[in-house]
This record gives sequence, structure tokens and C-alpha cells, in this order.
Amino acid sequence: MKLKKNLALSDSGFVFDPSTGDSFSTNPIGLEIIRMLKEGKTANDIKSQIIKTYMTDDVSFEKDYYDFVNMLSKHNLVEGVEKEKN
Amino acid sequence: MSAKKLQYERPVIQKLNVGLMNKFGTRTEYTPLTHIDGNSVRDLLGKFGSPLFVISERTLRRTFRDANRAFKTRYPKVQFAWSYKTNYVNAVCNAFHQEGSWAEVVSGFEYQKALNNGVPGNKIIFNGPDKTEAELKLAIANNSMIHIDHLDELYLIKEIAVESNKKPRVAIRVNMDTGVYPMWDRFGFNYENGQAWDAINKILLNDKMELVGLHSHIGTFMLTPSAYGMAASKLSHLALEIKKKYKKNIQYIDMGGGFASKNTLKGSYLQGIDASPTFDQFAESICTSILNAGFTETDLPLLILETGRALIDEAGYLLGSVISNKRLSDGRRATILDFGVNILFTSFWYDHKISPAQEFSQYTEDAVLYGPLCMNIDVIRENITLPPLKRDDHVVVHSVGAYNMTQWMQFIALRPAIVMIDMKGDSHIIRKRETLDSIEKDEVLPKYLKDFKL
Repeated sequence: MKLKKNLALSDSGFVFDPSTGDSFSTNPIGLEIIRMLKEGKTANDIKSQIIKTYMTDDVSFEKDYYDFVNMLSKHNLVEGVEKEKN
Repeated sequence: MSAKKLQYERPVIQKLNVGLMNKFGTRTEYTPLTHIDGNSVRDLLGKFGSPLFVISERTLRRTFRDANRAFKTRYPKVQFAWSYKTNYVNAVCNAFHQEGSWAEVVSGFEYQKALNNGVPGNKIIFNGPDKTEAELKLAIANNSMIHIDHLDELYLIKEIAVESNKKPRVAIRVNMDTGVYPMWDRFGFNYENGQAWDAINKILLNDKMELVGLHSHIGTFMLTPSAYGMAASKLSHLALEIKKKYKKNIQYIDMGGGFASKNTLKGSYLQGIDASPTFDQFAESICTSILNAGFTETDLPLLILETGRALIDEAGYLLGSVISNKRLSDGRRATILDFGVNILFTSFWYDHKISPAQEFSQYTEDAVLYGPLCMNIDVIRENITLPPLKRDDHVVVHSVGAYNMTQWMQFIALRPAIVMIDMKGDSHIIRKRETLDSIEKDEVLPKYLKDFKL
């Protein structure tokens, strides 16, 4: 999963897509995931980082993660889906 | 020792739209409701199971006293009669009877319930189009007030009166044009076309029955107090004309029910809390009309009110849990709850206020709320803004006290328990959760269908 390069993020969870003019609001965990995706981290990297920091488990987070990236795709914030290496 | 982990919340992202808010701003339905009268929602669900209906006795009595005050400060003779069909769980009925309400019933089954609850026969109002001969005989023997709906009933009561040598206490139900649509002309006798006078003449010329009252019930979820004022004027006019023609005082005028609660009707621009009139507005309209009609002080009739919904809706809550979250094909979030339209019948016509029962951050998401039934119609809210709920989180549906505990269906799932939280904050189970036995105890399986081989 590759996010659009020029997405602007603010610390308060405001996301701006300059290519469409659309803006979005995300919660702190959503922001953290977007930042990690921008850094090029894989789903597994992100999962272990979140599980290390937050009170959640593998299964719960996996469901939420895939739902979240689907929404990023639906909101047209993704450039292309790459096959992730585990 | 590892550092303490942070509270997890499902990641959400929501597109921001401008120019869509109305002048009242966004709704804040997602403020959590963690406790009801001092009882934690989580503890209640842990103790009594999920889903669960909860009645706040404190809210019930406070609402009743508010309504009672609104009418009694404007009119000297007021009597409430608890509308059994709105909620006939005995604990609820008896709380209203303790507050001084008579009983208003619309079937033989409800009549028996009122008797079993200890309501004296002469304080039961028997309404409705379907009263059997046996039920009428019982009501006449008990000296109850029988509100006649149609001529067949009028003639049947007359026959029973002759046979039993008793003089039944009757009223007629009058339907009329009060300027609201639809006009409920299927019940009772019409005012404008003379049917009401026809029925009155039949009763008073015959002398087999005692005409004690006049009754109207102009509609349901009425948002226009002035319509009640018009109905009260027309009934008062009838009463005064009866006095003129027959030298007979009508003892009471029964304005029925139909006052709107604070729920929000589907499609309503304003929320119910802003759109629904107060008891004071209804009382002002009704009482002023009767007081101005021209009765002498001694002839003023007793004013009876059968309001149900507006008295009990707010006292009822439905507590439930999240079963799952999923995405619909268009990207909308769908949350499946463990209660559906089978027990929350009123979700067909209200956009019920639904709150999460635990604290969340300020982030929210639009969602559709579905019930657990394997039926496409099982939709609790078509569109609601809620914080990110996860499996086993709890929600609270507000203002469900009216009709849900009488119109609920035993369909696919068993019906939940009902708990009442008393004035001190203690919880009491007032109806047990159904079991398979409670459904099957009345079934009879013919012997030849007992065995099969697969």
C-alpha cells in the first residue's frame, strides 16, 4: 500500500489531499498508521508497533487495520496497492 | 516491568464536508451515558444480560407529577387513567396507580390485568371497538365506565342491561374534525354529521344506560396542542346541549391520549425535544377551552386524561451490545447490535437517540445500525454519528418506554428482561428474560409427529 506522496498531515489529525482539495479528520491511531504508511512500513511492522504501544491484540487490530486501509483507498488517498512483503 | 500501554481506539478517517450543517449545528448524540439513576450500564448488563430494558421509576414519577401539575393548576377536577396498551408490565401500571391514576383498557385481557392489579372496577375505563358480551357483562357488573365505539355495541349493552336489570355507566366516543390529518373517524361516532347526537339520543331516550361521559381521542403523537383545544370545545358544546335538552349533567369529559413524547419522528427537521409541546401547552389549550365553554362552576365536568406515551417514553431505556462492525458496499460503516426491530418496534417510526455507554475520544463516524435478525428490514438507525464502537461495547437507546414492551415480537430471538430502578437507585427485575420453555409451553405436538428418521 502506497499513500499519495503529497498528503499534508497535522498533529491534530487533519489530513489534506492537495491533488483533490479534499480534507479529512482522523483519530490519533489513524494518524499514527498514516505516518507509518508514509514511511513505507509494512502491515506487519505497523501491527507490531501498535500492539506494543496500545492495549489491543493481534486479531482485533488486524480487522481494524484492513478496514482502515480500505477506507484510505475509498477516499482516494492511495497511489497504488503493492504486494507487501512479510 | 514494561511501560503502561495506551488506551486503544479503532482507527477512523472521515471526510470533512462543508456547507452541510443546518442552523442548529451538528448533533451531539454520542455523549456517553454510562449510568442510569446511579447504576452502571455495564453492571446492569453483566447482572441481567444483554439486551435489557430498564425503567427509571424516578423519571416515571417525575414525568407524571409534571403532567399532573400542569393540569391541576389550570382546572379544578382532573383525573389521569393509565393507558394499559402503552405499557402493561404490572410494575409500571402499579407505579402509575400509586400516583393516583385509574386504568384505561382496550381489551378483555387488559381489563383482567387491571382487576388483578387491584384497580376497583368503577375506576376502570373500558375503551376500544372489540368488547365481547362476556367482557361487557363483567364490566357492567363491576360498574366500570364503558366507552361505546359503535351502534352494535350500544344495542348489545342495552340488551345486557335489560337482562341483568343493571344500569351500565357509559360514555360515547366522539370523533371530529380538529384540523389535523388524518382524522381518526374509524373510532366512535362523528360529531359533525350528527352520528354522535344519534347515539346520545338513543341512550338518553331509552333510560336503560346512564350516560356519564363524553370521550374523544383525536390522534397519536400529536404536535399541535390547539387541536385538543378544539376537541375540548366540541365535547363541551355537546355536554352543554345535553344539559339543555335532557336536563342531564355530563359527569366527565375524557380527552383521551396522543400527546407526543420527546422522541424524534423520522423525517422531522427538528429533534423531538424541540418539536414536542410541553404538558403545560396541552393543558393550557384543553383547560382553557372547557373553562370558557359556559359551564357553571358546579356543572364543570371532571377532566379525564388517558395519555400514555408522553408519561412513560422517557423513563424507558434499552441497553444492548455491539455484535460486529462491517463495511457496506458503498463504504458506509455498519454496526450490528444484539437488539433489533423485534424488540424495538418504535424504530420503524422514530430516529431513536442512541448513546454509547462508555467514554470515547471526540472522533466519530457515520454508521448504519442493524439489529441481529436475519431480515433485511432489521434497521435500528439508517444514519447515525457515533464514536468507533467495537465488539462487546455497549449502547443505550433513549425513550423507549412506550409501546415497545407491549408491541414487541417474539420473533427469531427471545425477548429480554425488564428491570426497574427504584427511587433509591436499587434495581428490581420486573419481567424475566424469556426462555425456550416460555415459548413452547403452549405448543402441542401431535403424537404421530414426535419421531422421525433423518
